[in-house]
Amino acid sequence: MPTITIREALNQAIREELARDERVFLMGEEVAAYDGAYKVTKGLLNEFGPKRVIDTPITELGFAGLGVGAAMAGLRPIVEFMTFNFSILATDQIINSAAKMLYMSGGQFNIPIVFRGPGGSAFQVSSQHSQALESWYAYFPGLKVVMPSTPADAKGLLKSAIRDDDPVIFIEQERMYGNKGEVPDDPDFTIPLGVADVKREGTDVTIVARSLMVPVALKAADKLQEQGVSCEVIDPRTVRPLDIDTIIESVKKTNRVVLAEESHPICGVNAEISAEIMERAFDYLDAPVKRVSGADVPMPYAKILENLAIPDVERVIAAVREVAYLD
Amino acid sequence: MASKVIMPKLSPTMEEGQIARWLKKEGDKVSMGEPLAEIDTDKATMEMQALSNGVLRKILINEGESAPLGQLIAVIGDPDEDISSVLNEAPAKAATSPAAPAPAATSQPAAVDANGHARQAPAQSESGRMIVSPLAARMAAEAGLDLRTLHGSGPGGRIIKRDIEAALSETKPVSAFPRAVEPLRFQPSVVASASPYRDEPASEIRRTIARRLVTSIGPVPHFFLTSEIEMDRAVEMRRAINALDPDLKISINDIIIKVVASALIQHPAVNASFQDKFIRYYEHADVGVAVAIEDGLITPVIRSADQKSLSQIAGEIRELAERARSRKLKPDEYTGATFSVSNLGMFGIDEFTAVINPPEGGILAIGAVTPKPVVRDNEIVIRQIMRVTMSCDHRVIDGATGAKFLQTVKKILENPLYLVV
Repeated sequence: MPTITIREALNQAIREELARDERVFLMGEEVAAYDGAYKVTKGLLNEFGPKRVIDTPITELGFAGLGVGAAMAGLRPIVEFMTFNFSILATDQIINSAAKMLYMSGGQFNIPIVFRGPGGSAFQVSSQHSQALESWYAYFPGLKVVMPSTPADAKGLLKSAIRDDDPVIFIEQERMYGNKGEVPDDPDFTIPLGVADVKREGTDVTIVARSLMVPVALKAADKLQEQGVSCEVIDPRTVRPLDIDTIIESVKKTNRVVLAEESHPICGVNAEISAEIMERAFDYLDAPVKRVSGADVPMPYAKILENLAIPDVERVIAAVREVAYLD
Repeated sequence: MASKVIMPKLSPTMEEGQIARWLKKEGDKVSMGEPLAEIDTDKATMEMQALSNGVLRKILINEGESAPLGQLIAVIGDPDEDISSVLNEAPAKAATSPAAPAPAATSQPAAVDANGHARQAPAQSESGRMIVSPLAARMAAEAGLDLRTLHGSGPGGRIIKRDIEAALSETKPVSAFPRAVEPLRFQPSVVASASPYRDEPASEIRRTIARRLVTSIGPVPHFFLTSEIEMDRAVEMRRAINALDPDLKISINDIIIKVVASALIQHPAVNASFQDKFIRYYEHADVGVAVAIEDGLITPVIRSADQKSLSQIAGEIRELAERARSRKLKPDEYTGATFSVSNLGMFGIDEFTAVINPPEGGILAIGAVTPKPVVRDNEIVIRQIMRVTMSCDHRVIDGATGAKFLQTVKKILENPLYLVV
């Protein structure tokens, strides 16, 4: 299998799906002539032409609405937000139109649309450009929320998202575009939405991590192994629908859980997962569920403070040692 | 929606069950498949599982009390659901019995608090709440460990998994029947100067023994055949086998079972049972072995003993007897024997008669092996003598049939080489 970056894996997924289904088209700011702000859409304009790869004005609410209308008319749009921070402007179309159309039309209109782009923290782009918004979108019935952590997952999940008949929020991680990994080049390679992946098997503590926190959790697990603690790392990959069964199964085995995320703790995805674990596996818990989250502050601009606001390997290790009663 | 928990049928012959222990309290969350209570059936203590999800809202039959099959014994429902309609279906006796003084209450004074509620486990440590992880609490309940005896190694003294594991590796799990270790309390008799007494509810197994034995000796026409067997060669064989490998630990009883099985195959008329309109003959000799347990006796079965080696029989009996004593036998491990053996030799009993376990055709009662003076070739010599008495069901075994079987048993035991020819 070729080893490629997440950026290239996403590019492959979009290219293969544009080629596979002529109803698929891509639009967003700078996606065409500039090859994408993060070069995810590199070469697609040349290959598929301006009717399939479209530069939009800086009007997130406008082109999100255009996408919903196109989906109602039978097309399958991929809408890129330069970053998900700008999707905030488009939330009325995403939440009030895309998420609810199937329900409010009595089942007449599916909205097969993908809203994608980078989310979460980047490198010193400060408060307004460093937000992890997955819990916003996961809150709403009618939306699916996907967050890949490896090149293979990115490709397989994006292809499934494009083929899905419902609106999918596909959040990439700005810091992870250059991460490399092996990716199948089979054009039919997909990964189903709603299926978690056990990234590492272990017996003592379960770490649930998504997106940026997966490599952090895996590094922590390596170091903890040297300390005699065996960690299981689970990547839900899809926040909604959430594969809670895989998590519960693991918790029943390890009896201890650490939930890692870069988003804010309050009303975050891990607050939900924690509640599910408590409801379904209470009698299997040997320690309280421990969350490791981003700081409950707007993202600082200063590099030192930014580093402190994002969970790192040391904090995950400390949390694991706490639930394993090692300190 | 509220669902009824009824007394389930946990053994083939069970007609009612006694609650040995509730594993959940009122208000506890239960999920389908989770153990809810331990129930004394007529044979063993079995786990009853919850068949629905929800909260254990109401316990209608307290520990130590019995209920017939199918009776409502508890209610599972949503936490705030009105369950009065379900409770109204409960028989009046069951609905009121928690408040009535159970016989067991005499040895457990003040089991009911001022509000008339059954008292929960005594308060925890004097310093305040006991802190236990949910997992540790569940493990302790399953192992029958008293959490108050443990020291918690977690933060704030929280009892956690490793504390339970440590406790379990140190000590054998505490018996599920703690009443045996409580001091006995007697109440005076109403008859002047007569002995004080205490009443304890008859356990399910004791009541089953009573019922089954009455149905045996009454309707089954017993007759008895006694024989004296010279055991010197069998004793020598046992010594020689165990000298080969001390781990084998073959007992005289193991040899007797093997011999009985082999004799049963040679006398199919004895390996049979009377079934009213027909006689049932068995292909194999499934030999029941009476084992004394704390509360009575039970007869685990060595299946196809005729086809098993002595060491297999010895190993199986050891394992079954051990589980019989901890009351962990499964129903198919103690039912369906074709013939039984009961041995009281270890109590120094010379001979006795045993009661047939219907529908088996017979049972062999084994006495102690003791050196006795006997006449051989007009000389008085000392031989290891064992007296056995066979009880026969005359409906299927006649005197001569039984006598021939017993002859074969005697012949093989006196010359155990027959086992290999």
